Amino acid sequence: MKVTLIKIFKALDTLDRRIIFVFIALAVIIPLEFPVNFDFSVTAPVRGFYDTIDSLPSGSKVLVSCDYDPGSMPELYPMNLSVLQQLFKKNVKVICMQLWPAGSPIAERALNQVGIEEYHKKYGEDFVNLGFKEGREVVMVSMGNNIPQTFPRDYHGNKVEEIPVMHGVTNFKDLAMIINISGGMPGTKEWVLQVQSRFHIRLASGCTAVSAPEFYPYFQSGQLVGLLGGMKGAAEYEKLVGVQGLGRRGMDAQSVSHLVVFLFIIVGNIAYFALGGKKKRLNV
Amino acid sequence: MISTELIGIWVSAVLTLLIFSFLYKDNPFYKFAEHLFVGISAGYGVALEYHNVFLPNLWRPLNDVSIPLANRLPLLLPFVFGLLLFTRFFEKISWLSRWSLALIIGIFAGIAIIGYGSGDLVLQIHANLLPIWTDKWLTSFNNLLLTVGLITSLIYFFFSKEHKGAFGATARVGIWFLMISFGASFGYTVMSRMSLLIGRVYFLLGEWLGILK
Amino acid sequence: MRREVPLIICFLAGVFFIASYFVPHYRVTNISQMANQWAIIVIAFAYVLGVANIARINFHIIQRKDRDWAYKIILVSGLVFMVLIGIGWGIKEGTVFYWFFYYTYYPMQATMFSLLAFFIASAAFRAFRVRTWEAALLAVTAVLVMVGRVPIGEHIWKSFPDLTEWIMNVPQLAAKRAIMIGAALGAISTGLKVLTGLERTYLGGE
Repeated sequence: MKVTLIKIFKALDTLDRRIIFVFIALAVIIPLEFPVNFDFSVTAPVRGFYDTIDSLPSGSKVLVSCDYDPGSMPELYPMNLSVLQQLFKKNVKVICMQLWPAGSPIAERALNQVGIEEYHKKYGEDFVNLGFKEGREVVMVSMGNNIPQTFPRDYHGNKVEEIPVMHGVTNFKDLAMIINISGGMPGTKEWVLQVQSRFHIRLASGCTAVSAPEFYPYFQSGQLVGLLGGMKGAAEYEKLVGVQGLGRRGMDAQSVSHLVVFLFIIVGNIAYFALGGKKKRLNV
Repeated sequence: MISTELIGIWVSAVLTLLIFSFLYKDNPFYKFAEHLFVGISAGYGVALEYHNVFLPNLWRPLNDVSIPLANRLPLLLPFVFGLLLFTRFFEKISWLSRWSLALIIGIFAGIAIIGYGSGDLVLQIHANLLPIWTDKWLTSFNNLLLTVGLITSLIYFFFSKEHKGAFGATARVGIWFLMISFGASFGYTVMSRMSLLIGRVYFLLGEWLGILK
Repeated sequence: MRREVPLIICFLAGVFFIASYFVPHYRVTNISQMANQWAIIVIAFAYVLGVANIARINFHIIQRKDRDWAYKIILVSGLVFMVLIGIGWGIKEGTVFYWFFYYTYYPMQATMFSLLAFFIASAAFRAFRVRTWEAALLAVTAVLVMVGRVPIGEHIWKSFPDLTEWIMNVPQLAAKRAIMIGAALGAISTGLKVLTGLERTYLGGE
């Protein structure tokens, strides 16, 4: 029996990583194909995000900065869509911009999908896509002084001063809040440091799960009024907004894959200690 | 008639599978997709800069006769600074590119000092000045833990003094808080990576094969 | 003068940006806004410089027929193709440029990042070893957060999400805040060193 166990642990210790890959693939595929739809509660940072937008009066103008690229779309695109859904449902005017070049077409697609197809909003009157601007923090500081000067033309090449929704908008003082969907840098941290702490405007953020832990101090200090962290944050937010998007759809696969990784950690350590805890370099 | 969207979905699926082939082992198909991606992403960025910065912020205002000449001429300065960057390709005059680099570095250094000073330093310290005696025992406990955690973690990062004795013990407590934070970060990182895979599998099974319910 | 002029430019640019924060007079604001616009343009040129460098390096590899030179042809072709169609025919939805973005760039980048899921699982199994008490603390926290943040965790124990939120809001927050404050002090001192010319690595060699 003991010899058999040692053999098993040795086999586990030298397991081909491709077998691990197969487990992970199945952990994602099977729940997507056969969803269970476990219910879940909403956490305070997500509640703060939703409630702040919910408190906006109809007709207010909000800046939505879509600072991400296809690499983080599964986590952030569902947030982007849900944010637009809540804003358009409340008849809030949306001014969209991007600090990441690859965010431009993604944001345009989200605006068309939600704004035009779902809510039949009019471009220029209910929302505008200012497009991408290079410069990261410099763009943020520049917008704090003058937004039309920073973005003389929108994504479609129209003069910003001639766009109805931009009338009366000079800088951040003319906006009700800023919502940042962030895939990394430049993103939430830069908006907090350069804009929120300097111009004291309400700022809410949706970010990847990798970044979320480091933004909890900003939520606790009040520099962020709300925080959506990763796909779970997107799912919680979708629940509040009342949509069934990829966020909620992916939760079962997320649950199973996390359990699989947890089991890997446990089994790996059991095998390691059962074999005497030898140190060796591994190619992971 | 096959639509461009259908062709696009098949192209996307094939490219996705080419990259996933790396999981078996490095192979020419993966290398092809990898190099194609690098080329396309680099070229994509240039086109975006042209349409979103060069044209609206420089070229059009420079050639817009409705703007007074005195307001247009200063734009030649960033144009020249931008072109000076390309002197890096010519060894004899590459020192000129330092002027443009110095401008960028100086601006970002100035912005960073203000941003980090107000946003991360002052406001974060202020946010941790919490009462450790309140009406609710849990709030008091949490505030105490936040205070102790911050101070001990900061002490850990003070390497000018050897971590011995009471100082060392305090730094050790700081390590425990740091380990908790790294563990939380690892947990969230796992969540993030799995989400990205969920997104791709959703595309393959849903949009491409159409077998998701 | 080859090093002095850039140092002066760096100092003036940085100090001016700092001054514009403390002196919100309209004259200072107008000049700083103009400087912001210039910076945006110069940074855009810097991005194009980076891409031009990629093209130059890979072109040399193709010329010399170095390792993987055939793949570099694909790289350079893709680069030139996207630049030409983007600048020539526009970038909006409905253009060839947009089609290539949505059906080649997007799936490839998304898939590249999704590979990490497999590698993190492999690392968790093969390299995550609880050798010390501190590592055990890290592992326990990781497991609690991983399971508590997903719906199945709440299904196992109703208060699991509350425990996870407490971990995120108290012990983990304290450490992250310490790291943040330390990094802020480092960023400020580095910024000051750059502005005063003590840090000159960005100038490169002579």
